Amino acid sequence: MFRDAVLVAAKDLRVEARSRVATNQVLPFALLVLVLFAFALGTDRGTLSAAAGGLFWLAVLFSAMLAIQRSFGIEAADDARDALRLSGLDAGGIFLGKAGAIVVQLLLLEVVLGAGIVVLYDVQLHAPLLLIGSTVLATAGLAAAGVAYGMVAAGLRVRETLLPLLVLPALAPLLLAAARVADAALGGTPGLAAPWVRLLAVFTTVYVAFGVVAFGALLEES
Amino acid sequence: MDLVVRLRAVVSLLGRFPALAGVDLDVAPGEVLVVGGPNGAGKTTLLRACAGLVALSSGEATVLGHDLRRDRRAVREEIGLLGHATYLYDDLTVEENLRFAARAAGAGVADAKAALDRLGLGGRLRHVAANRLSAGQRRRVAIAAVAARRPRLWLLDEPHAGLDAGGRDLLDALVVEAAGEGATVLLASHELDRASTLAGRTVTIAGGLIADGLLRAELRPAPAASSAAPSPGQAATGTAPEPLRVP
Repeated sequence: MFRDAVLVAAKDLRVEARSRVATNQVLPFALLVLVLFAFALGTDRGTLSAAAGGLFWLAVLFSAMLAIQRSFGIEAADDARDALRLSGLDAGGIFLGKAGAIVVQLLLLEVVLGAGIVVLYDVQLHAPLLLIGSTVLATAGLAAAGVAYGMVAAGLRVRETLLPLLVLPALAPLLLAAARVADAALGGTPGLAAPWVRLLAVFTTVYVAFGVVAFGALLEES
Repeated sequence: MDLVVRLRAVVSLLGRFPALAGVDLDVAPGEVLVVGGPNGAGKTTLLRACAGLVALSSGEATVLGHDLRRDRRAVREEIGLLGHATYLYDDLTVEENLRFAARAAGAGVADAKAALDRLGLGGRLRHVAANRLSAGQRRRVAIAAVAARRPRLWLLDEPHAGLDAGGRDLLDALVVEAAGEGATVLLASHELDRASTLAGRTVTIAGGLIADGLLRAELRPAPAASSAAPSPGQAATGTAPEPLRVP
Protein backbone atom coordinates (compact mmCIF):
# COMPACT_ATOMS: atom_id res chain seq x y z
CA MET A 1 0.00 0.00 0.00
CA PHE A 2 2.75 2.47 0.89
CA ARG A 3 4.69 1.71 -2.30
CA ASP A 4 1.53 2.52 -4.26
CA ALA A 5 1.00 5.68 -2.18
CA VAL A 6 4.49 6.93 -3.02
CA LEU A 7 3.95 6.13 -6.71
CA VAL A 8 0.66 8.06 -6.86
CA ALA A 9 1.94 10.99 -4.79
CA ALA A 10 5.03 11.32 -6.97
CA LYS A 11 2.86 11.26 -10.10
CA ASP A 12 0.45 13.90 -8.76
CA LEU A 13 3.27 16.16 -7.59
CA ARG A 14 5.05 15.81 -10.93
CA VAL A 15 1.83 16.74 -12.77
CA GLU A 16 1.40 19.80 -10.52
CA ALA A 17 5.03 20.84 -10.95
CA ARG A 18 4.61 20.68 -14.74
CA SER A 19 1.24 22.41 -14.91
CA ARG A 20 2.21 25.10 -12.34
CA VAL A 21 -1.44 25.49 -11.40
CA ALA A 22 -0.51 25.47 -7.71
CA THR A 23 2.12 28.18 -8.01
CA ASN A 24 0.46 30.32 -10.66
CA GLN A 25 -3.15 30.09 -9.54
CA VAL A 26 -3.73 28.56 -6.09
CA LEU A 27 -0.97 30.49 -4.31
CA PRO A 28 -1.94 33.92 -5.72
CA PHE A 29 -5.58 33.12 -4.91
CA ALA A 30 -4.69 32.35 -1.27
CA LEU A 31 -2.68 35.55 -0.90
CA LEU A 32 -5.51 37.51 -2.49
CA VAL A 33 -7.92 36.06 0.07
CA LEU A 34 -5.64 37.26 2.89
CA VAL A 35 -5.57 40.76 1.45
CA LEU A 36 -9.35 40.79 0.94
CA PHE A 37 -9.89 39.73 4.55
CA ALA A 38 -7.80 42.72 5.57
CA PHE A 39 -9.94 44.99 3.40
CA ALA A 40 -13.13 43.50 4.84
CA LEU A 41 -12.08 43.83 8.48
CA GLY A 42 -10.48 47.25 8.16
CA THR A 43 -6.93 48.32 8.76
CA ASP A 44 -6.99 47.97 12.53
CA ARG A 45 -4.02 45.70 13.25
CA GLY A 46 -5.57 44.63 16.56
CA THR A 47 -8.67 43.23 14.89
CA LEU A 48 -6.65 41.47 12.19
CA SER A 49 -4.19 40.07 14.71
CA ALA A 50 -6.99 38.72 16.91
CA ALA A 51 -8.68 37.02 13.95
CA ALA A 52 -5.46 35.88 12.26
CA GLY A 53 -5.78 32.17 13.14
CA GLY A 54 -9.30 31.83 11.74
CA LEU A 55 -8.52 33.90 8.66
CA PHE A 56 -5.39 31.84 7.97
CA TRP A 57 -7.34 28.59 8.06
CA LEU A 58 -10.18 29.99 5.97
CA ALA A 59 -7.65 30.94 3.31
CA VAL A 60 -6.15 27.45 3.53
CA LEU A 61 -9.60 25.89 3.28
CA PHE A 62 -10.55 27.85 0.16
CA SER A 63 -7.22 26.99 -1.44
CA ALA A 64 -7.62 23.35 -0.46
CA MET A 65 -10.88 23.23 -2.42
CA LEU A 66 -8.94 24.23 -5.53
CA ALA A 67 -6.20 21.69 -4.84
CA ILE A 68 -8.71 18.88 -4.31
CA GLN A 69 -10.65 19.79 -7.44
CA ARG A 70 -7.39 19.82 -9.33
CA SER A 71 -6.34 16.45 -7.92
CA PHE A 72 -9.47 14.82 -9.33
CA GLY A 73 -9.51 16.96 -12.44
CA ILE A 74 -6.30 15.32 -13.67
CA GLU A 75 -7.93 11.92 -13.22
CA ALA A 76 -11.10 12.98 -15.04
CA ALA A 77 -9.21 14.06 -18.15
CA ASP A 78 -8.94 11.27 -20.71
CA ASP A 79 -10.70 8.84 -18.35
CA ALA A 80 -7.56 8.42 -16.27
CA ARG A 81 -9.81 7.35 -13.37
CA ASP A 82 -10.51 4.16 -15.29
CA ALA A 83 -6.77 3.71 -15.60
CA LEU A 84 -6.46 3.99 -11.82
CA ARG A 85 -9.14 1.33 -11.40
CA LEU A 86 -7.40 -0.94 -13.89
CA SER A 87 -3.90 -0.23 -12.64
CA GLY A 88 -3.79 -2.87 -9.97
CA LEU A 89 -2.82 -0.23 -7.42
CA ASP A 90 -4.10 -0.72 -3.90
CA ALA A 91 -7.07 1.59 -3.32
CA GLY A 92 -5.77 2.60 0.11
CA GLY A 93 -2.47 3.41 -1.51
CA ILE A 94 -4.15 5.60 -4.13
CA PHE A 95 -5.99 7.42 -1.34
CA LEU A 96 -2.84 7.99 0.72
CA GLY A 97 -0.90 9.04 -2.36
CA LYS A 98 -3.45 11.62 -3.49
CA ALA A 99 -3.90 12.93 0.05
CA GLY A 100 -0.13 13.02 0.54
CA ALA A 101 0.39 15.07 -2.60
CA ILE A 102 -2.25 17.56 -1.44
CA VAL A 103 -0.63 17.74 2.01
CA VAL A 104 2.73 18.61 0.44
CA GLN A 105 1.16 21.34 -1.71
CA LEU A 106 -0.83 22.79 1.17
CA LEU A 107 2.12 22.79 3.57
CA LEU A 108 4.16 24.79 1.06
CA LEU A 109 1.20 27.12 0.61
CA GLU A 110 0.84 27.48 4.40
CA VAL A 111 4.46 28.56 4.75
CA VAL A 112 3.81 31.43 2.33
CA LEU A 113 0.45 32.23 3.90
CA GLY A 114 2.06 32.19 7.36
CA ALA A 115 4.60 34.74 6.21
CA GLY A 116 1.75 36.77 4.74
CA ILE A 117 -0.13 36.70 8.04
CA VAL A 118 2.94 37.89 9.94
CA VAL A 119 3.53 40.73 7.51
CA LEU A 120 -0.06 41.82 6.79
CA TYR A 121 -1.70 41.15 10.16
CA ASP A 122 1.27 41.95 12.40
CA VAL A 123 1.10 38.79 14.51
CA GLN A 124 3.75 37.33 16.82
CA LEU A 125 4.67 33.64 16.93
CA HIS A 126 4.74 32.59 20.60
CA ALA A 127 4.59 28.81 20.26
CA PRO A 128 6.01 27.88 16.84
CA LEU A 129 6.29 24.14 17.54
CA LEU A 130 2.64 23.94 18.57
CA LEU A 131 1.69 25.91 15.49
CA ILE A 132 3.73 23.71 13.15
CA GLY A 133 2.53 20.46 14.70
CA SER A 134 -1.13 21.41 14.65
CA THR A 135 -0.82 22.75 11.12
CA VAL A 136 0.59 19.43 9.86
CA LEU A 137 -2.13 17.52 11.71
CA ALA A 138 -4.97 19.71 10.44
CA THR A 139 -3.60 19.71 6.91
CA ALA A 140 -3.48 15.91 6.89
CA GLY A 141 -7.09 15.74 8.07
CA LEU A 142 -8.19 18.33 5.57
CA ALA A 143 -6.51 16.49 2.69
CA ALA A 144 -7.87 13.10 3.81
CA ALA A 145 -11.45 14.32 4.03
CA GLY A 146 -11.05 16.26 0.81
CA VAL A 147 -9.80 13.24 -1.14
CA ALA A 148 -12.53 10.96 0.24
CA TYR A 149 -15.31 13.41 -0.62
CA GLY A 150 -13.56 14.36 -3.84
CA MET A 151 -13.87 10.75 -4.93
CA VAL A 152 -17.58 10.75 -4.06
CA ALA A 153 -18.11 13.75 -6.33
CA ALA A 154 -15.60 12.75 -9.02
CA GLY A 155 -17.95 10.80 -11.24
CA LEU A 156 -20.69 13.42 -11.27
CA ARG A 157 -21.18 16.11 -13.88
CA VAL A 158 -21.79 18.67 -11.13
CA ARG A 159 -18.64 17.74 -9.21
CA GLU A 160 -17.13 21.23 -9.17
CA THR A 161 -20.11 22.75 -7.36
CA LEU A 162 -21.01 19.68 -5.33
CA LEU A 163 -17.62 19.13 -3.73
CA PRO A 164 -17.65 22.23 -1.48
CA LEU A 165 -21.19 21.38 -0.38
CA LEU A 166 -20.10 17.89 0.62
CA VAL A 167 -16.73 18.59 2.13
CA LEU A 168 -17.08 21.91 3.94
CA PRO A 169 -19.44 20.56 6.63
CA ALA A 170 -17.07 17.65 7.21
CA LEU A 171 -14.15 20.04 7.53
CA ALA A 172 -15.90 22.38 9.97
CA PRO A 173 -14.60 20.60 13.11
CA LEU A 174 -11.06 20.65 11.72
CA LEU A 175 -11.35 24.33 10.84
CA LEU A 176 -12.67 25.17 14.30
CA ALA A 177 -9.98 23.20 16.12
CA ALA A 178 -7.12 24.38 13.91
CA ALA A 179 -8.21 28.02 14.27
CA ARG A 180 -8.41 27.72 18.07
CA VAL A 181 -4.96 26.15 18.26
CA ALA A 182 -3.58 28.88 16.02
CA ASP A 183 -5.21 31.58 18.19
CA ALA A 184 -3.67 30.02 21.31
CA ALA A 185 -0.25 29.74 19.71
CA LEU A 186 -0.31 33.27 18.29
CA GLY A 187 -1.88 34.78 21.40
CA GLY A 188 0.72 33.41 23.82
CA THR A 189 -1.69 31.02 25.57
CA PRO A 190 -0.56 27.59 24.32
CA GLY A 191 -2.01 25.89 27.39
CA LEU A 192 -5.50 26.50 26.00
CA ALA A 193 -4.73 24.49 22.87
CA ALA A 194 -4.63 20.99 24.38
CA PRO A 195 -8.31 20.00 23.90
CA TRP A 196 -8.32 21.37 20.38
CA VAL A 197 -5.18 19.44 19.47
CA ARG A 198 -6.85 16.28 20.73
CA LEU A 199 -9.90 17.08 18.60
CA LEU A 200 -7.66 17.60 15.57
CA ALA A 201 -5.95 14.27 16.21
CA VAL A 202 -9.25 12.43 16.51
CA PHE A 203 -10.80 13.88 13.35
CA THR A 204 -7.62 13.44 11.31
CA THR A 205 -7.30 9.83 12.42
CA VAL A 206 -10.94 9.15 11.59
CA TYR A 207 -10.72 10.74 8.14
CA VAL A 208 -7.48 8.96 7.23
CA ALA A 209 -8.79 5.60 8.45
CA PHE A 210 -12.11 6.11 6.66
CA GLY A 211 -10.32 6.99 3.44
CA VAL A 212 -7.98 3.99 3.53
CA VAL A 213 -10.87 1.62 4.18
CA ALA A 214 -13.57 3.15 1.97
CA PHE A 215 -11.62 4.55 -0.98
CA GLY A 216 -11.80 1.31 -2.94
CA ALA A 217 -15.59 1.28 -2.86
CA LEU A 218 -15.72 5.01 -3.64
CA LEU A 219 -13.40 4.54 -6.61
CA GLU A 220 -15.52 1.71 -7.99
CA GLU A 221 -18.82 3.52 -7.56
CA SER A 222 -17.76 6.96 -8.78
CA MET B 1 -9.98 -26.59 -20.48
CA ASP B 2 -10.34 -23.47 -18.34
CA LEU B 3 -11.94 -20.70 -20.32
CA VAL B 4 -10.39 -17.24 -20.18
CA VAL B 5 -13.79 -15.57 -20.45
CA ARG B 6 -17.01 -17.32 -19.49
CA LEU B 7 -20.19 -15.24 -19.54
CA ARG B 8 -23.63 -16.68 -18.92
CA ALA B 9 -26.81 -14.61 -19.32
CA VAL B 10 -24.92 -11.47 -18.39
CA VAL B 11 -27.07 -8.38 -18.13
CA SER B 12 -25.70 -4.88 -17.61
CA LEU B 13 -28.03 -1.92 -17.37
CA LEU B 14 -27.15 1.66 -18.24
CA GLY B 15 -29.98 3.33 -16.39
CA ARG B 16 -32.96 1.34 -17.65
CA PHE B 17 -31.31 0.50 -20.96
CA PRO B 18 -29.86 -3.02 -21.18
CA ALA B 19 -26.44 -2.44 -22.71
CA LEU B 20 -25.89 -6.20 -22.32
CA ALA B 21 -29.16 -8.07 -22.45
CA GLY B 22 -28.18 -11.64 -21.58
CA VAL B 23 -24.81 -12.33 -23.15
CA ASP B 24 -23.40 -15.86 -23.32
CA LEU B 25 -19.78 -15.99 -24.41
CA ASP B 26 -16.86 -18.40 -24.08
CA VAL B 27 -13.32 -17.42 -25.00
CA ALA B 28 -10.56 -20.01 -24.91
CA PRO B 29 -6.92 -19.48 -23.95
CA GLY B 30 -4.87 -18.12 -26.85
CA GLU B 31 -7.95 -17.26 -28.87
CA VAL B 32 -8.27 -14.03 -30.83
CA LEU B 33 -11.97 -13.20 -30.80
CA VAL B 34 -13.25 -10.24 -32.78
CA VAL B 35 -16.54 -8.70 -31.69
CA GLY B 36 -18.32 -6.78 -34.41
CA GLY B 37 -21.57 -4.89 -34.44
CA PRO B 38 -23.13 -1.49 -35.09
CA ASN B 39 -22.77 1.59 -32.93
CA GLY B 40 -24.48 1.17 -29.58
CA ALA B 41 -24.68 -2.59 -29.94
CA GLY B 42 -22.83 -3.22 -26.68
CA LYS B 43 -19.27 -3.93 -27.86
CA THR B 44 -17.64 -1.42 -25.54
CA THR B 45 -19.84 -2.44 -22.63
CA LEU B 46 -18.91 -6.08 -23.22
CA LEU B 47 -15.20 -5.28 -23.04
CA ARG B 48 -15.63 -3.00 -20.04
CA ALA B 49 -17.65 -5.70 -18.33
CA CYS B 50 -14.80 -8.16 -18.87
CA ALA B 51 -12.50 -5.59 -17.26
CA GLY B 52 -14.83 -5.21 -14.29
CA LEU B 53 -15.55 -1.59 -15.14
CA VAL B 54 -19.32 -1.87 -15.43
CA ALA B 55 -21.71 -3.33 -12.92
CA LEU B 56 -23.45 -6.55 -13.86
CA SER B 57 -27.15 -6.66 -13.04
CA SER B 58 -27.42 -10.42 -13.37
CA GLY B 59 -25.74 -13.45 -14.83
CA GLU B 60 -22.47 -15.24 -14.21
CA ALA B 61 -19.13 -13.86 -15.32
CA THR B 62 -15.72 -15.42 -14.89
CA VAL B 63 -12.55 -13.94 -16.35
CA LEU B 64 -9.20 -15.72 -16.04
CA GLY B 65 -10.76 -17.95 -13.43
CA HIS B 66 -11.86 -15.08 -11.21
CA ASP B 67 -15.46 -14.17 -10.49
CA LEU B 68 -15.98 -10.67 -11.88
CA ARG B 69 -18.37 -9.69 -9.11
CA ARG B 70 -16.19 -10.81 -6.22
CA ASP B 71 -12.61 -10.50 -7.41
CA ARG B 72 -12.32 -7.63 -9.82
CA ARG B 73 -8.86 -6.67 -8.59
CA ALA B 74 -7.42 -10.10 -9.41
CA VAL B 75 -8.93 -9.86 -12.90
CA ARG B 76 -7.50 -6.41 -13.47
CA GLU B 77 -4.01 -7.47 -12.52
CA GLU B 78 -3.96 -9.83 -15.49
CA ILE B 79 -5.70 -7.86 -18.22
CA GLY B 80 -4.82 -4.92 -20.42
CA LEU B 81 -7.63 -2.69 -21.71
CA LEU B 82 -7.24 -0.36 -24.64
CA GLY B 83 -10.39 1.74 -24.50
CA HIS B 84 -11.60 4.75 -26.45
CA ALA B 85 -9.64 6.99 -24.10
CA THR B 86 -5.87 6.80 -23.90
CA TYR B 87 -5.64 7.18 -20.10
CA LEU B 88 -2.70 9.60 -20.36
CA TYR B 89 -1.77 12.42 -18.03
CA ASP B 90 -1.33 15.43 -20.29
CA ASP B 91 1.44 17.07 -18.28
CA LEU B 92 3.61 13.97 -18.08
CA THR B 93 5.93 12.92 -20.85
CA VAL B 94 5.41 9.78 -22.87
CA GLU B 95 8.07 7.99 -20.84
CA GLU B 96 6.70 9.18 -17.50
CA ASN B 97 3.21 8.02 -18.45
CA LEU B 98 4.53 4.61 -19.46
CA ARG B 99 6.68 4.27 -16.35
CA PHE B 100 3.75 5.10 -14.10
CA ALA B 101 1.49 2.62 -15.87
CA ALA B 102 4.13 -0.11 -15.82
CA ARG B 103 5.08 0.40 -12.17
CA ALA B 104 1.44 0.53 -11.13
CA ALA B 105 0.89 -2.79 -12.85
CA GLY B 106 3.96 -4.28 -11.23
CA ALA B 107 5.78 -4.46 -14.56
CA GLY B 108 9.39 -3.42 -14.93
CA VAL B 109 10.62 -0.15 -16.36
CA ALA B 110 12.44 -2.27 -18.96
CA ASP B 111 9.05 -3.53 -20.17
CA ALA B 112 7.86 0.06 -20.57
CA LYS B 113 10.98 1.01 -22.50
CA ALA B 114 10.71 -2.03 -24.75
CA ALA B 115 7.06 -1.26 -25.45
CA LEU B 116 7.91 2.34 -26.33
CA ASP B 117 10.60 1.25 -28.74
CA ARG B 118 8.28 -1.32 -30.28
CA LEU B 119 5.59 1.29 -30.93
CA GLY B 120 8.06 3.70 -32.49
CA LEU B 121 7.99 6.08 -29.54
CA GLY B 122 11.66 5.92 -28.64
CA GLY B 123 14.14 8.71 -29.22
CA ARG B 124 13.11 12.28 -28.62
CA LEU B 125 9.42 11.51 -28.63
CA ARG B 126 9.63 9.78 -25.24
CA HIS B 127 10.46 13.12 -23.62
CA VAL B 128 7.48 14.95 -25.16
CA ALA B 129 4.49 15.80 -22.95
CA ALA B 130 1.38 13.82 -23.80
CA ASN B 131 -0.58 17.00 -24.50
CA ARG B 132 1.74 17.73 -27.42
CA LEU B 133 1.18 14.43 -29.16
CA SER B 134 -1.13 13.84 -32.09
CA ALA B 135 -4.18 11.62 -31.58
CA GLY B 136 -2.44 8.75 -33.35
CA GLN B 137 0.69 9.12 -31.23
CA ARG B 138 -1.41 9.13 -28.07
CA ARG B 139 -3.04 5.95 -29.29
CA ARG B 140 0.37 4.37 -29.76
CA VAL B 141 1.36 5.31 -26.20
CA ALA B 142 -1.85 3.73 -24.93
CA ILE B 143 -1.08 0.54 -26.86
CA ALA B 144 2.45 0.55 -25.45
CA ALA B 145 1.01 0.86 -21.94
CA VAL B 146 -1.09 -2.24 -22.52
CA ALA B 147 1.83 -4.14 -24.05
CA ALA B 148 4.13 -3.20 -21.15
CA ARG B 149 1.78 -4.97 -18.74
CA ARG B 150 2.19 -8.26 -20.64
CA PRO B 151 -1.46 -9.10 -19.94
CA ARG B 152 -2.91 -12.59 -20.19
CA LEU B 153 -6.07 -11.08 -21.67
CA TRP B 154 -5.96 -8.15 -24.10
CA LEU B 155 -9.20 -6.18 -24.35
CA LEU B 156 -8.96 -3.94 -27.39
CA ASP B 157 -11.82 -1.55 -28.16
CA GLU B 158 -11.61 -0.17 -31.70
CA PRO B 159 -7.84 -0.43 -31.50
CA HIS B 160 -7.20 0.63 -35.09
CA ALA B 161 -9.07 3.92 -34.71
CA GLY B 162 -6.83 6.94 -35.15
CA LEU B 163 -3.77 4.96 -36.17
CA ASP B 164 -1.89 5.46 -39.41
CA ALA B 165 -1.03 2.49 -41.65
CA GLY B 166 2.24 1.86 -39.85
CA GLY B 167 0.53 1.97 -36.47
CA ARG B 168 -2.15 -0.46 -37.61
CA ASP B 169 0.47 -2.89 -38.85
CA LEU B 170 2.36 -2.61 -35.55
CA LEU B 171 -0.81 -3.23 -33.60
CA ASP B 172 -1.67 -6.27 -35.72
CA ALA B 173 1.83 -7.64 -35.22
CA LEU B 174 1.50 -7.15 -31.45
CA VAL B 175 -1.81 -9.00 -31.40
CA VAL B 176 -0.42 -11.91 -33.40
CA GLU B 177 2.66 -12.00 -31.19
CA ALA B 178 0.64 -11.89 -27.97
CA ALA B 179 -1.63 -14.69 -29.17
CA GLY B 180 1.43 -16.67 -30.19
CA GLU B 181 2.76 -16.34 -26.67
CA GLY B 182 -0.48 -17.72 -25.27
CA ALA B 183 -2.32 -14.51 -24.45
CA THR B 184 -6.00 -14.20 -25.30
CA VAL B 185 -7.34 -11.25 -27.26
CA LEU B 186 -10.88 -9.87 -27.29
CA LEU B 187 -11.08 -7.19 -29.95
CA ALA B 188 -14.11 -5.01 -30.67
CA SER B 189 -14.16 -3.32 -34.02
CA HIS B 190 -16.32 -1.79 -36.71
CA GLU B 191 -13.62 -2.60 -39.21
CA LEU B 192 -14.29 -6.29 -39.58
CA ASP B 193 -12.39 -6.49 -42.86
CA ARG B 194 -9.21 -5.57 -41.04
CA ALA B 195 -9.88 -7.11 -37.67
CA SER B 196 -11.07 -10.42 -39.05
CA THR B 197 -7.62 -11.06 -40.52
CA LEU B 198 -6.45 -11.40 -36.92
CA ALA B 199 -9.43 -13.36 -35.71
CA GLY B 200 -9.71 -17.01 -34.89
CA ARG B 201 -13.41 -16.38 -34.46
CA THR B 202 -15.72 -13.46 -35.02
CA VAL B 203 -18.99 -12.81 -33.25
CA THR B 204 -21.51 -10.07 -33.81
CA ILE B 205 -23.25 -8.27 -31.03
CA ALA B 206 -26.52 -6.44 -31.57
CA GLY B 207 -28.94 -5.02 -29.07
CA GLY B 208 -26.79 -6.24 -26.21
CA LEU B 209 -26.89 -9.86 -27.39
CA ILE B 210 -24.39 -12.03 -29.20
CA ALA B 211 -26.19 -12.46 -32.50
CA ASP B 212 -24.04 -14.95 -34.29
CA GLY B 213 -20.47 -16.08 -34.77
CA LEU B 214 -18.08 -17.09 -37.49
CA LEU B 215 -14.97 -19.16 -37.65
CA ARG B 216 -12.05 -17.64 -39.46
CA ALA B 217 -12.33 -20.39 -42.06
CA GLU B 218 -15.80 -19.16 -42.94
CA LEU B 219 -14.79 -15.54 -43.02
CA ARG B 220 -11.65 -16.00 -45.01
CA PRO B 221 -10.79 -19.42 -46.37
CA ALA B 222 -7.13 -19.20 -45.44
CA PRO B 223 -5.17 -22.46 -45.43
CA ALA B 224 -4.03 -22.00 -41.83
CA ALA B 225 -7.59 -21.85 -40.55
CA SER B 226 -8.60 -25.04 -42.25
CA SER B 227 -5.68 -27.08 -40.94
CA ALA B 228 -6.10 -30.17 -38.86
CA ALA B 229 -5.47 -28.31 -35.64
CA PRO B 230 -8.67 -27.22 -33.88
CA SER B 231 -9.48 -23.58 -34.32
CA PRO B 232 -9.72 -21.37 -31.24
CA GLY B 233 -13.44 -21.28 -31.78
CA GLN B 234 -13.65 -25.00 -31.51
CA ALA B 235 -11.46 -25.01 -28.46
CA ALA B 236 -13.72 -22.46 -26.81
CA THR B 237 -16.70 -24.73 -26.73
CA GLY B 238 -14.97 -28.07 -26.78
CA THR B 239 -17.16 -29.07 -29.72
CA ALA B 240 -17.21 -28.28 -33.38
CA PRO B 241 -19.16 -25.08 -33.79
CA GLU B 242 -22.41 -25.23 -35.65
CA PRO B 243 -22.57 -23.62 -39.07
CA LEU B 244 -23.04 -19.93 -38.55
CA ARG B 245 -24.56 -17.27 -40.68
CA VAL B 246 -22.50 -14.60 -42.33
CA PRO B 247 -23.87 -11.27 -41.11
